[in-house]
Amino acid sequence: MSPVLGIIASQNYVRIPPTAFESIATVSLTSSAASVDFTSIPSTYQHLQLRIFAHTDRASDNNGYGSFRVNSDSGSNYSWHQLYGDGSSAGGGAGTNQTLIPLNAFGGNSNSAFGVSIIDFLDYADANKYKTTRCLNGLDYNGGGEVNVISGNWRSTSAITSINIVRGFAVNNWVAGSVFALYGIKG
Amino acid sequence: MPAGPTYEPIATQTLGSDAASVTFSSIPSTYTDLVLVSDYRLNTGDNFLILRFNSDTGSNYSFTNLYGEGTAAASDRSSNQTSARIGFYGSAQSNSIVSIMNYSNATTYKTAVSRDNTNTYVVSRVNLWRSTSAINSIVITTASPNITSGSTFTLYGIKAA
Repeated sequence: MSPVLGIIASQNYVRIPPTAFESIATVSLTSSAASVDFTSIPSTYQHLQLRIFAHTDRASDNNGYGSFRVNSDSGSNYSWHQLYGDGSSAGGGAGTNQTLIPLNAFGGNSNSAFGVSIIDFLDYADANKYKTTRCLNGLDYNGGGEVNVISGNWRSTSAITSINIVRGFAVNNWVAGSVFALYGIKG
Repeated sequence: MPAGPTYEPIATQTLGSDAASVTFSSIPSTYTDLVLVSDYRLNTGDNFLILRFNSDTGSNYSFTNLYGEGTAAASDRSSNQTSARIGFYGSAQSNSIVSIMNYSNATTYKTAVSRDNTNTYVVSRVNLWRSTSAINSIVITTASPNITSGSTFTLYGIKAA
């Protein structure tokens, strides 16, 4: 074991000491599921990080998609922006007054690859500001792939106490072997 | 509920002289994800690092890139490669953070996402290794130049509840 100056939570930006990163809960699917929920999230952290390794049963397609909402809010209170690359071109997208924030590409029935999304919920328990998320997503299935960088916004000052991860268009379920892990990062 | 720290350093390597490769071996299988943090420079510049799991030199890797170099964003990808890719073309100090997800499971292919920063590019990437073997070693090397003295590579483990 070597000494370290610190770790970098998720993919970049903030150096934190290793002791500040704690596991809150993990869902490892042993059978297919339409959605995954994290509830009763404690408000004692500064930030949350959700790490997803997942595959879907979307039929006859390489890609399956997922999204999430928080605090069971199904109103049109979400917006998002996206930068994406599909291996041949790059582009952007956005949605306003949405009911979900996308997590994007995971494997579908036409391949065996699992997609990854790492989502940070910054200042998730702050009752004085809207909540902003950031996500790095990637899926490669040796023949095609997708990389997505997604920012999300929830127009609510409520502390986030639950996260609901749902299937996307034409996806019936998240399949067995998918792992959804929620972590808390102390301030 | 949380049971203490779950993001732990496994090992760090700081190069005392130029080297062709860096190896992390005997990686414990007790974590859920691995995170490889690299801060490096290559002695001939304008090249990139490659990465192999379990010494596999077969054509079992593929990757998709999303990158920008100051004008428009772009994307490319490659299939059936003999290594995964980290970093991107750069001639100065660069860094890369790679999350290798569910690395010790023995039933699925392995997927890693990364963010790479060089003096000329910013990159987001996904790598696929088509193997169901648990990852127990990682070799970081280059196509031809050496990795310069002072470069650091730290491997962390993240343990889920």
